[in-house]
Amino acid sequence: FRLSSLIGHISTCPSLIGQCCQRHPGSVDEFQEELVIRPLHSGDIYASFQFRTLWDTDFLQEGQKVSHYRLFPKSLGQVLSKFSVRELHISFTQGFWRTMQWGQPFIPSPPGAELWVWFHDTVSDVDGNWKELTNVLSGIFCASLNFIDLTNTVQPSASFKPLGLGNATDHRFLRYATLPREIVCTENLTPWKKLLPCGSKAGLAVLLKSEKLFHSSFHSQAVHIRPVCQDEQCTSKAWELRQTLNVVFDLYTAGQGKKEWSLFKMFSRTLTEACPLATSSKVYVDITDNPELFELSPATPLLSQAVVLGDRRTYSVFDLTRAETFGQLRSLNLLLRWKGDGGEMLRPLLHAERYVAGFGLQTGEIHTVIYNNHPYRAFPVLLMDSVPWYLQLYIHTLTVTSKSRDNKPSYIHYQPAKDRHRPHLLEMLIQLPPHSMTEVTVQFERALLKWTEYTPDPNHGFYVGSSVVSALVPSMVAMNTNFTQDQPLFSSFVPVKEESSYFVRVYTEPLLVNLPTPDFSMPYNVICLTCTVVAVGYGSFYNLLTRTFQVDEPSLPLAKRLANLIRRIRGVPLLT
Amino acid sequence: MAAPLTLLLIVAVTIRAVLFRSSWAELISERVEVVSPLNAWKRVVEGLALLDLGVSPYSGDVFHETPFMIYLFHFVVDYAEIVFMVSPGLVFCLSRFLTSLYLFRKQKYALESDRYPADCLELLRSPKEMFYIPLKVAMFYLLNPFTILSCVAKSTCGLNNAIIALFILCTLKGSALLSGILLALATYQSIYPLTLFAPALLFFLQRLYIPVNLRRSSFWFFTLQYAFIYVGSLVVITGLSFFLLGSWDFIPSVYGFIFSVPDLTPNIGLFWYFFAEMFEHFRLFFICVFQINVFFYTIPLSIKLKEHPVFLIFMQIAIISIFKSYPTVGDVALYMAFLPAWSHLYRFLRNIFLVSCVLLACSALFPVLWHLWIYAGSANSNFYYAITLLFNFGQILLVSDYFYAYLRREHHLTHGLYLKKKDGTEATLVLK
Repeated sequence: FRLSSLIGHISTCPSLIGQCCQRHPGSVDEFQEELVIRPLHSGDIYASFQFRTLWDTDFLQEGQKVSHYRLFPKSLGQVLSKFSVRELHISFTQGFWRTMQWGQPFIPSPPGAELWVWFHDTVSDVDGNWKELTNVLSGIFCASLNFIDLTNTVQPSASFKPLGLGNATDHRFLRYATLPREIVCTENLTPWKKLLPCGSKAGLAVLLKSEKLFHSSFHSQAVHIRPVCQDEQCTSKAWELRQTLNVVFDLYTAGQGKKEWSLFKMFSRTLTEACPLATSSKVYVDITDNPELFELSPATPLLSQAVVLGDRRTYSVFDLTRAETFGQLRSLNLLLRWKGDGGEMLRPLLHAERYVAGFGLQTGEIHTVIYNNHPYRAFPVLLMDSVPWYLQLYIHTLTVTSKSRDNKPSYIHYQPAKDRHRPHLLEMLIQLPPHSMTEVTVQFERALLKWTEYTPDPNHGFYVGSSVVSALVPSMVAMNTNFTQDQPLFSSFVPVKEESSYFVRVYTEPLLVNLPTPDFSMPYNVICLTCTVVAVGYGSFYNLLTRTFQVDEPSLPLAKRLANLIRRIRGVPLLT
Repeated sequence: MAAPLTLLLIVAVTIRAVLFRSSWAELISERVEVVSPLNAWKRVVEGLALLDLGVSPYSGDVFHETPFMIYLFHFVVDYAEIVFMVSPGLVFCLSRFLTSLYLFRKQKYALESDRYPADCLELLRSPKEMFYIPLKVAMFYLLNPFTILSCVAKSTCGLNNAIIALFILCTLKGSALLSGILLALATYQSIYPLTLFAPALLFFLQRLYIPVNLRRSSFWFFTLQYAFIYVGSLVVITGLSFFLLGSWDFIPSVYGFIFSVPDLTPNIGLFWYFFAEMFEHFRLFFICVFQINVFFYTIPLSIKLKEHPVFLIFMQIAIISIFKSYPTVGDVALYMAFLPAWSHLYRFLRNIFLVSCVLLACSALFPVLWHLWIYAGSANSNFYYAITLLFNFGQILLVSDYFYAYLRREHHLTHGLYLKKKDGTEATLVLK
């Protein structure tokens, strides 16, 4: 008896490397939360929250409907099973990520709302599912995602490969849409917070106060759902839900100009406890530049090193599941005080910009500029552009120049737009020479739309969604390809396939383009005037076709005619 | 006669060559008055580029040319300028035949048959006058600024005009087969030349001395023959187009586009602003009304002008140019080239001064108001639309004026030039 129970105990003992997998049948979901604080060289501070729920159930299994939800939010689980979704990525962003000043973000996102979904290959009507999915998500997140329809949805062929499991390459099951005009506010934050197991009552989510979060330079909240492997051999699969929130607080607007940040100053709250439902709850502070640039208090002996975004960084770790982290006051308020103006930030290796050139309301040119700042390595990037149909692109004017020489893309996938049905999709694989600037230009013509198709403020302009530049950037430091369970969340978001490079996605600015407008007060007048001109034509032709020439015999005046009438009665000769 | 014509040709080619090489060529090929979404050269190049990329040119909404154009330009895209310079030459060839062959002969026969009253001699044209008509027609077409602009912009309207001119040439020469084939090609390029079937038929009937009587079997025999040639060649051409790209995509892209007018790019026609401001509920109704308007005048005009098929051709071409869905100045230039053939109608034209002033003023105002709307931002679309209305009104007035003059001359030829009332005083002639 004792030997068998000992063997049983050893087999369920936590492994040395990984996290415990204390599996009870029925409740096999776990929740981890993490906050990473990265001070930026310009004096701003970047905070990135990640909340991950891992659950090994199968939403897409035939016949067995999942009905008992614990940590995984029920609304999202039902969405996954109803629409046979394999991967779902939705983000709401306010502000634009300034790569040159802030470096690369952990989780990139374009301004506005972005939604991309991989459907399961059993789905027969992907467009129908997509339409319903956008409407349901619009309700869940209180956002106007119902504006996503076929006129702004594309099917990228190469830029958005699945981030989770699955080797499907049939891009018929992928849909990508972005709403650059979408505004993010408290209304969107509240339902997002409600999806968390602890809500905003305990753990790191207590810091998410909207007055402070939206008083920032950059705010992005996202939900990423994908199937992942649970162990290195991938013997079993699980569904992973990651909710991420990235925020950059500005030195001058939120920091009052003083280079001194604390949790209380950023979020107007301090941390008091970890979420009881979380198996891990940590705060990481990037102290790679610590001794020279700033000092961190309270100091902590826990350190961790991670290679993320091609750079080896050192982090101070505050484990909130341990009571001693909170000290005597039972609250954790991190304080970062700048000591001096510090050195050079590591220049991001990949950077992109986009703008509209030209003048007038007839034509224009879209210029996308991609910078490769690596001193000696060239690497290819995949550029994806989705342009609305009312800007008619002319692909024969596409030019790609690097270092003022022509650089022909090795792969071009172009799907032209159909008026009022689908937008343009242009994907190109461009090889960027080392330490260079590559410029992609394409000309377009602006269309005149029907007067009902203009937005309420037509002279504001029309938004064109961000271009997406995806690349495997060569890394200066060897990336970690090992799969470990207690890897920090921020380094395990993007799967790392090889040691020498890391995946980067850069979003450019959205464009604001003016279109020529008709006069909106004139529909009735225009119809009348045009019909008048057509009627003049009709009238002249009618006269000439139905009448003949006759000699004009003048008719007698009325008095004489009446006199003639009386004369006829009398029988007397008539007047002429 | 040969010397002035050659000189004219040289001058026309020189002007076009000079403009092709200057910086004006790019500017002109962007003008909306000169090119339309149907016949812009930029779009032809775009379609060929899409074909090179492996995408069907008809999968997007930028290319609306027929597969015949793809065939043609696939091979001659580098020599495009030469192609566009040759096509006005074809129209010029037509001019010689139009007058020297047809009009002269008709008048000769009529004189010989003693049909005209005695005092109409001054209405008839002397051979000397008619001798210069080919030169005048050629000059009107080749040196017309509208034609030059259309040619320099490399708009395929010039090629369409050449096909129509060839068709008229073959009709006047009496070759029913060629005429049917060319008419089918012209219809295949843009649907509207379909209305030219009636005048061509009437011309052949007149030439073969078949009376236009619906009860006569000879009439039906010839009509069916000609219709068979026409429809047959149309079917063959459309079938060949299918085999170019292996799909029927070009039909909604070309003909669906012409009929349903989805693209509202401003041009000199009436459709764009009308449908930009149309209430959605009535859009289909007004599309049908406007398209029927083009085809609608065929039968009444054919009945009225069944003795005069050449003038009927002129009227039909003019109506197509004014009321088609995407007109350009190239279309206007085509019917204007015919005007010298009817220079003898000058004495009966009532509004020629007003019309020419209106057309000149509008042509000058088009670029000005476009610039003010699109570039300066100080005017809005209503200004350009007003000039469009005025230009079309001027054209309608011009065409109906010539029609009036023609009918009046015919009336005088049958009833005498100086008419008197019953009491012997000078009479005025009115339409009643």
